[in-house]
Amino acid sequence: MAVETPVRLGVTDARQLRAKSLPTWAPWAAVVAAVAVSSVLIKLTGAGGWVLTGVVAAILFVAFMGIAASVVEGTRSARNRMASVLIYGAFILALLPLLSVVWTLLSKGSKRLDVNFFQTSMNNIGAFDEKGGAYHAIIGTLEQAGIATLITVPLGVLGAIYIVEYGRGFLANAIRFFVDVMTGIPSIVAGLFVLSFWVFTVTPLWNNGKAAYSGFAAALSLSVLMLPTVVRSTEEMLRLVPGALREGSYALGVPKWKTITRIVLPTALPGIVTGVMLAVARAAGETAPVLLVAGGLSSINFNVFSGNQSSLSLFIFEQAGVASEFAPGRAWTAALTLVVLVLVLTVAAKLLARRNKLAR
Amino acid sequence: MFFRGTATAAGSMVLVIIAAIAVFLVVKAIPAINKDTVNFFTYKEWFTDGDEPKFGIAATVFGTILTAALALLLSVPVALGIALCLSHYAHRRVATTLGFIIDLLAAVPSVVFGLWGRDYFYEPITDLSKWLHDVFGWLPIFGSDGPYGKSVLLGSVVLAIMILPIVTSLSREVFLQTPPENQEAALALGSTKWEMIRTSVLPYGRAGIIASVMLGLGRALGETIALALTLGSVFAINWDFLGPGGITIASNIANRFGEANDVGRGALIASGLVLFVITLIVNMGARAIVYRRREFVGGAA
Repeated sequence: MAVETPVRLGVTDARQLRAKSLPTWAPWAAVVAAVAVSSVLIKLTGAGGWVLTGVVAAILFVAFMGIAASVVEGTRSARNRMASVLIYGAFILALLPLLSVVWTLLSKGSKRLDVNFFQTSMNNIGAFDEKGGAYHAIIGTLEQAGIATLITVPLGVLGAIYIVEYGRGFLANAIRFFVDVMTGIPSIVAGLFVLSFWVFTVTPLWNNGKAAYSGFAAALSLSVLMLPTVVRSTEEMLRLVPGALREGSYALGVPKWKTITRIVLPTALPGIVTGVMLAVARAAGETAPVLLVAGGLSSINFNVFSGNQSSLSLFIFEQAGVASEFAPGRAWTAALTLVVLVLVLTVAAKLLARRNKLAR
Repeated sequence: MFFRGTATAAGSMVLVIIAAIAVFLVVKAIPAINKDTVNFFTYKEWFTDGDEPKFGIAATVFGTILTAALALLLSVPVALGIALCLSHYAHRRVATTLGFIIDLLAAVPSVVFGLWGRDYFYEPITDLSKWLHDVFGWLPIFGSDGPYGKSVLLGSVVLAIMILPIVTSLSREVFLQTPPENQEAALALGSTKWEMIRTSVLPYGRAGIIASVMLGLGRALGETIALALTLGSVFAINWDFLGPGGITIASNIANRFGEANDVGRGALIASGLVLFVITLIVNMGARAIVYRRREFVGGAA
C-alpha cells in the first residue's frame, strides 16, 4: 500500500498567506501623481495660483490613496489609510499658522530691534517720528504682572490648601466647581469687574470723587484671571503629595498647620512654581483688562498706585491703531518682545515640571 | 485653627469674586440701561452720545455667536485630528515634542494673533474671499462684492487658530485615558487602527470631547483683542461672511471704551454683563459634563 502524498494547497511562499497590501512606495507614487494631475488641471487651465494647486493636490492625494487601497487591499483598509492621511494632514495644517506667526514675528519684529526701542518711551513721539520705544510699556507689564503674582500666590495656594487638606462637603465642592468655572471668565469681563469695583467705586473715596485709572487696577484684574489657574495647579500638586508623609508627621505629634507648611508645601513646591509661572505667562499677555483699567500712557510711570500706566500688550494694540508708517514696526518689535518674555516663562515652567519628582 | 480659618477664607474668595463680578456689573449697568431709549435686547445699533442714547446688543450677540460657531466648526475637526495624531499615531517621543509645540501655540498672547491676522493673514484671506466669491458667489454667505479683508471670515479663522490648542490638549488627555484593554480587544478582533479608534477611543472619550469643545466655545465667546483687530466692526445682522462686517460683544467693548462717556461706559458694562452670563452658562455646562464623567472614570478628565 503506497503512502498518499498530502495534497498541496498551492502555497509555495509564506507571503501568499497574507492579505495583499500596497507596496511601500505607493504613497510616494500617489504624491507624484496628485501633484502632476493638479498642476496640469489648475496651472494649465489658469484656474488659480500655486495655493489652489497645493490644495487640489492634497485632496487628490487622499482620493488616489483611497482608490488604490480599496482596489488592492479592500474597503476597510482604504478607510484606515484615508483616516491616517487626514489625521497627519490635520497636524501639518496646524503647524502652518504657527510657522507663519513665528516667521512674521521674526521678520517684522527685527526691524526696530535696537537699543533705542528698549531705552525710550513714546513721550513726545508724533505720528511722523521714526524713533520711540516701549520702555514704559515693559515697566508696566513687569510691575503689573509682578503685583498680580504677589496678590494671587498667597490667595491661590491657601485656597488650594483649603480644598485639599480641610475642605469637606458642600462648600469645598462648590469652591472646586467655581474655580473651574472661573477659569473660563473672559479677560474683558475681569477688566469690566475691576473697572466698576475698583476704579469707579473704591478709588473715588480718596480721589476727590473722581475715578482713578492705575497700574494697580490692572494688576487686580490680572489676578482675577490668574487665581483659578493657580488654585487648580496647586490643588493638583498637593494631591500628589503622598499621604504617608502627612501621617508620619502626625504620628510624631506635629500639628496639622505645621505639617502643611513644613512637609506638604515644600514637597509640592516645584509643581506649584510651575503652575504660577504658567499663570503669569498667560496674564502678562492679556490686553483687554489693561486697556480698560490702566488707561494707557505714552510716558514713563513707575508708580502703579497713581496715574495711568501702559503695558506691552496694550502698547501693541495702541500702535496697531496708529496711522503712521513707523507704527507697525514698533508694534511688531513689541510683539516679539512680549512673545519672547511669555515663551521664556512657559518653557522654563515646562522644564521645571519635567524635573518635578511628584509629577506622573 | 487660625491657619484653617485663613485657608477657608482664601478658598471662599473664589465664590466671593464671582458673586462680586455679578453684583458690580449689575450695579453699574442698570443706570445706563435705564437711560436707554430703545429696547436693550433687540436694538442693533450703538449710539451712546447725546441726550437720547440708543443702544442694543442684538447685533453684537449675533456676531459673537456667529464668529464663535464658525471658529468651532473650523477648528474642532482639525483639533481632534491633532489630538488623535498625538495620542495614537505619532511616535511617543515625537508626540511629546509636538504636544509641547502645540502648548506653545496656546501661550502666544491674543494681541499677537490679532496683529498677525490684520497685517499678514489679511492677504491670503482676501485672495480666498475673491476665489470663494467667484466660484460660490451664488451662496448668500459668499455673495459680497467686497472690499474683502476685515470680515467675519478673517476673524473666525484667526479665532479658530487660537482655540485649536485648547481643544487639542484637553481631548488628547481624554484619548490617552482610553483603557488599553478596550483598544487591544478591538485590535484582537481584527479591526484596523481606524476601526479601533472609532469603536473604542472615540466612544470612550465622547463626554471629554464635548467638554473640550464647550471650553473652546467659552474661550471663543470671550476673545477680545484678536477680534477687535480683525473684524470689520459693523452693527448688522446678516449672513455675509466675506464683506466688511462682523462684531462681537468683547470687540465692541475694546473698540469703543476709549471714546465712551459715562452712559457709554455703563452701556459697555451692561453688554459685558450679557457676555458674562453667556460664558458662565457655557462653562458651567462644560464643567457639569466633566464632573458627571469623573465620578465613574475617576481620572483627571
